Amino acid sequence: MAERERSHTRPLGGVFVAHSQVLTSADVQRALTRMSHEIVERNGGVQDVVLVGLQTGGVPLATKMSEILNQIEDAKIATGSLDVAFYRDDIGLRPVLPEAVTDIPVDLAGRVVVLVDDVLFTGRTIRAALNALSDFGRARAIQLAVMVDRGHRELPIRPDYVGKNLPTRREEMVDVGEDGVWIGTLEDK
Amino acid sequence: MTGATSQHLLSVADLGTDGIAEVLRVAEAFAEVERRSVPKVPTLRGKVVATLFFEESTRTRLSFETAAKRLSADVLSLAVASSSVKKGESLRDTVETVEAMGIDAVIIRHSSSGAPHQVARWVERARVINAGDGWHEHPTQALLDCFTVRQVLAERKGVAPQELGIDCFDGLRVLIVGDVRHSRVARSEVLAYTALGAQVTLAAPGSLLPPSLEGWPVEVAGDFDAALGDADVVSLLRLQAERGSGSYVPSLREYTARWGLTARRVERLADHAIVTHPGPMLRGVEIASDVADMPRTVVTQQVSNGVAVRMAILFLLLGGELPGVGEVPAVA
Repeated sequence: MAERERSHTRPLGGVFVAHSQVLTSADVQRALTRMSHEIVERNGGVQDVVLVGLQTGGVPLATKMSEILNQIEDAKIATGSLDVAFYRDDIGLRPVLPEAVTDIPVDLAGRVVVLVDDVLFTGRTIRAALNALSDFGRARAIQLAVMVDRGHRELPIRPDYVGKNLPTRREEMVDVGEDGVWIGTLEDK
Repeated sequence: MTGATSQHLLSVADLGTDGIAEVLRVAEAFAEVERRSVPKVPTLRGKVVATLFFEESTRTRLSFETAAKRLSADVLSLAVASSSVKKGESLRDTVETVEAMGIDAVIIRHSSSGAPHQVARWVERARVINAGDGWHEHPTQALLDCFTVRQVLAERKGVAPQELGIDCFDGLRVLIVGDVRHSRVARSEVLAYTALGAQVTLAAPGSLLPPSLEGWPVEVAGDFDAALGDADVVSLLRLQAERGSGSYVPSLREYTARWGLTARRVERLADHAIVTHPGPMLRGVEIASDVADMPRTVVTQQVSNGVAVRMAILFLLLGGELPGVGEVPAVA
């Protein structure tokens, strides 16, 4: 993988230039399997669990994770997607646009929500997501699963399930896709 | 993404095809907000939106105010009848007063065509949204009409509207019927539908067509009844008595007989044809009461979609980025 257009970081724009691979797609799959087992173990099953993928990077991971959970627990886990654009704290500071339509298929009251995202960075997206989720009912608990925790938190937020802890420099960029996890930089078009 | 952006929404023409597509896309995200049990998001907290309606309105004003409140903006509404406008304060002074209070967006309806354009040149930082000016334009109405048509088409196909993009408008045959001459909705609809690739035909008595159609990408139907059979979408317009439409037709009864969508005429429509009306409907004049209540008539959907579309406009102007064809032309 040499270059990839980052269409889903539209407010930033630019081209992602990969420098080195951190996880292969097989590694990602193994990490998802381990995290799924951790979710089952921690919650004593999945009967009240709802997976919510964050648009856009978290959605495919949540979908894969629900398949794994359904298999290991023989369940039919509720899975939704959330776009946090309307809850961001930088509206007005830069153009903020929703990427997709939010889809939360069940009332979250009394459920255990596992938020799924690709990369945990400043924590601001998760802050926005927590606010958004409270509009869908009072969940019994909200847990956070991320494929990569790259540090540089700006808010007191920590993940419950982590695919890989990855020390990075601030100006670097982490890309999670079909072809695994890559570290690189965002260059101008 | 460094394309031109719109500061204001004065005309559908400000948006261009990409701008319209973006409004429809973002409105779909707000339609989801509206389906929630708590249909409110904190997006525009701290922003102040003022509605300045110099002409009467029920749904447009309520719709804009609902949209702003669901975005958590504060809403000030100037009731012109009880304001200093009645003491003779000029539009310019009224607008400057409103802006001096730190208002972020001004939503204006005025009986004079071009009033919102004038206001847009006076304001320094506020965004201006045209909620209908004279015979000129009513952009949000046209946008919500397009949004509603796409929603119906998507529902029939069993897919989400956003999946259709704007391709579903390509070659769609839209028939606009009635008082085109005095209708700002018709002007905005012609711009919106044609920008999206639809074919627009007008059907009206000669006296209710604009004096000149030069430069308009539309056809005029020779035979109304035949045109009905070809239409995918029929957009009915209200006969605008307050703009003197009454004197352009021999009698209301004759108008209804020749140009109204009567129960008999509706049989000529294709099974899939959708009927829209911007409201308020004059039942028994341009539309028969039975026809107004048919499932293919989507007036109620238009009203509910109006809130989502106006949320999208407010959000794109105040928090996002509204693609457009460029700045407001500087007119002296």
